[in-house]
Amino acid sequence: MATTSDREALSGVKEEYQYGFSKPEEYVFKSRRGLDHAVIDQMCDMKNEPDWMREFRHRSLDIFLSKPMPTWGADLSEIDFDNIYYYLRPTEKQGKSWDDIPDSIKDTFDRLGIPEAERNFLAGVGAQYESEVVYHSLQEQWTKLGVIFLDTDSGLREHEDIFKEYFGSVIPPSDNKFAALNSAVWSGGSYVYVPKGVHVDIPLQAYFRINAQNMGQFERTLIIVEEGASVHYVEGCTAPIYASDSLHSAVVEIIVKEGGRCRYTTIQNWSNNVYNLVTKRAIAEAGATMEWIDANLGSKVTMKYPAVYMMGPRAHGEILSIAFAGRDQYLDAGGKVVHGAPNTSSKIISKSISKNGGRASYRGLLKVAKGATGSKSTVVCDALLLDDHSRSDTYPYIEIDEQDVQVGHEASVSKVNEEQLFYLMSRGLGEEEAATMIVSGFIEPMVKELPMEYAVEMNRLIQLQMEGSIG
Amino acid sequence: MTSELVIQDLHVSVSDGEKEVLKGVNLTIRQGEVHALMGPNGSGKSTLSYAIMGHPHYTVTGGDILLDGESILELEPNERARRGLFLAFQYPVAVPGVSMANFLRTAVSNVRGYTDQPAPSNGGGKSGVVGSNLMPMRDFRKELLDKMDEFNVDRSFAKRYLNEGFSGGEKKRAEILQMAMLQPKIAIMDETDSGLDIDALRVVSDGVNKLAGPGLGILLITHYQRILNYVQPDYVHVFYNGRVVISGGAELAHQLESQGYQWVKDEFGEAELVAV
Repeated sequence: MATTSDREALSGVKEEYQYGFSKPEEYVFKSRRGLDHAVIDQMCDMKNEPDWMREFRHRSLDIFLSKPMPTWGADLSEIDFDNIYYYLRPTEKQGKSWDDIPDSIKDTFDRLGIPEAERNFLAGVGAQYESEVVYHSLQEQWTKLGVIFLDTDSGLREHEDIFKEYFGSVIPPSDNKFAALNSAVWSGGSYVYVPKGVHVDIPLQAYFRINAQNMGQFERTLIIVEEGASVHYVEGCTAPIYASDSLHSAVVEIIVKEGGRCRYTTIQNWSNNVYNLVTKRAIAEAGATMEWIDANLGSKVTMKYPAVYMMGPRAHGEILSIAFAGRDQYLDAGGKVVHGAPNTSSKIISKSISKNGGRASYRGLLKVAKGATGSKSTVVCDALLLDDHSRSDTYPYIEIDEQDVQVGHEASVSKVNEEQLFYLMSRGLGEEEAATMIVSGFIEPMVKELPMEYAVEMNRLIQLQMEGSIG
Repeated sequence: MTSELVIQDLHVSVSDGEKEVLKGVNLTIRQGEVHALMGPNGSGKSTLSYAIMGHPHYTVTGGDILLDGESILELEPNERARRGLFLAFQYPVAVPGVSMANFLRTAVSNVRGYTDQPAPSNGGGKSGVVGSNLMPMRDFRKELLDKMDEFNVDRSFAKRYLNEGFSGGEKKRAEILQMAMLQPKIAIMDETDSGLDIDALRVVSDGVNKLAGPGLGILLITHYQRILNYVQPDYVHVFYNGRVVISGGAELAHQLESQGYQWVKDEFGEAELVAV
């Protein structure tokens, strides 16, 4: 049980949202609602982007407009594309030091605990406030090593050659309707480049935040890990509560070169009115390892299936996906692994939790291409239901075009066990505390993979989700 | 004051049926006493232990359970634990992903009242379990390791998931360790399983002998007399057909060993006998 002071501090949170505060809006520029080619031109002018990016955006908009809405998964029909701001720019210029940040934004960051996090051995902080990253710092030794960690707009400005080579190469605009939308209006996100053989041994972290009502956030992240290099990128998302629905549609592209290693960790905790429709995909070359750790607690709707395309021999892909759906939430999560070369291996572990009528699904694809001999894959999906009116579904898609492969698939659904509850309660734990402990144990395999401060945050988020869920 | 658990004319039914399992149990256990409750399989011994701890599947239809003069029937299991009751389970369930140390720290913090205190402002104690004030980690750790050594529990168990993959003997060891950490006034030990192996038997009896003392009352529920070769009870009760039919001293256990339960059945039996 939480103590009295915790209860007071958290009063009113319950089914609402902990970070549901919002600051007065303070913008240098705000586009009009809705999207057409004129808005794109305006955006490109504001950002002073090269012609090829302008063309890319226009082409992407055409693709977006021509593609139908997906009819599978969650109901997206309530998204009103004409009622969204597609571009906001909160401050004039990019901040590198804390003193450059406007007080109102600083205050928001303070509440999210970013400076504190930085004190806690954070190496670099990239924080997205609205559409642009306004604060970015990176420890000096990495800059010396040639590691680049910028917001994506700066990445384009300062490193156009390499940017142009990889941008859109993993997820082309034609991939899906929301990837096309992001390609047309993207702003912010992170650009990470790790040179050959460099090991970034402290996680790179970015906080993202939406603040304006009805504003879509379309961040775009591009991570390039050169041969034999390694990096761990961590993203955590929070958003304040608003009366009308917000749209978040990000694209994350990752290239891991031969023998390289990349781990991308997400703790998604959007407020419960956000549509979170994200395309994440990595290409792993020979002997490379790509790991997605993807936890989804918030949002009204999430549709997100991080993918690893193993395109070189012995590449390895791993996806650890967690979805915790409460009242009025539909989280459709999972992962995709594509074996495109011999002796590649992959593992998907999915853990979904549903309560108070929430719905959490696993949707996954395992594909083994012709010629990917000796490939191995394991998929394990576990679902935990906290009550009788919540729902969990599993949609495993398997396409195997090669004989010589080993594939395993396991799925389980369980309810919070009355005997476990009684056992824990007989040792002095309150019912809610006991249930929380069982849920925390259920996702422990993932939490232990998180950096320490994120593990703590994750457990706190689980506790908040569990508040008031019993009785 | 010496604590006492008084069970008065207790009638209990299984929740999802009309069937009465306990039919007027009377029993008093005081701190410092060791009671053995013996009876044939199916006589309701485990039901008694669950009912005392407040398992939701069992409904008290008559009588009362009093701890230090107050009825505990309306209390949740965790509130009973906080008043000083403990149940050592016959089959402790596994809780995957929850380490023994994390679980025990939370349990001890609840039972000893740490969770009633506001968390310190420096954020100490928020270790990933429910946002509550916990026993200071250093104190807890020292006590846990000391108790582990004392009760022959390998220190590696602190990091193992609660009861997951434990052997029968390891589960018993873990239950005894929990009991030692939670320091109850009255412990009910459900050892009705006839399949208890010799290792588990020794663990339980060693634990009882170490823990028994003026501060602890024990109700040891067992089917076989065997465990009583290792534990000397002050009182022996014969349980049959949902109630205590005879009470006496240790000599009663020896009578049961030499003569079995048949004479009990002959004397107190009804038509619906359950085979031994």
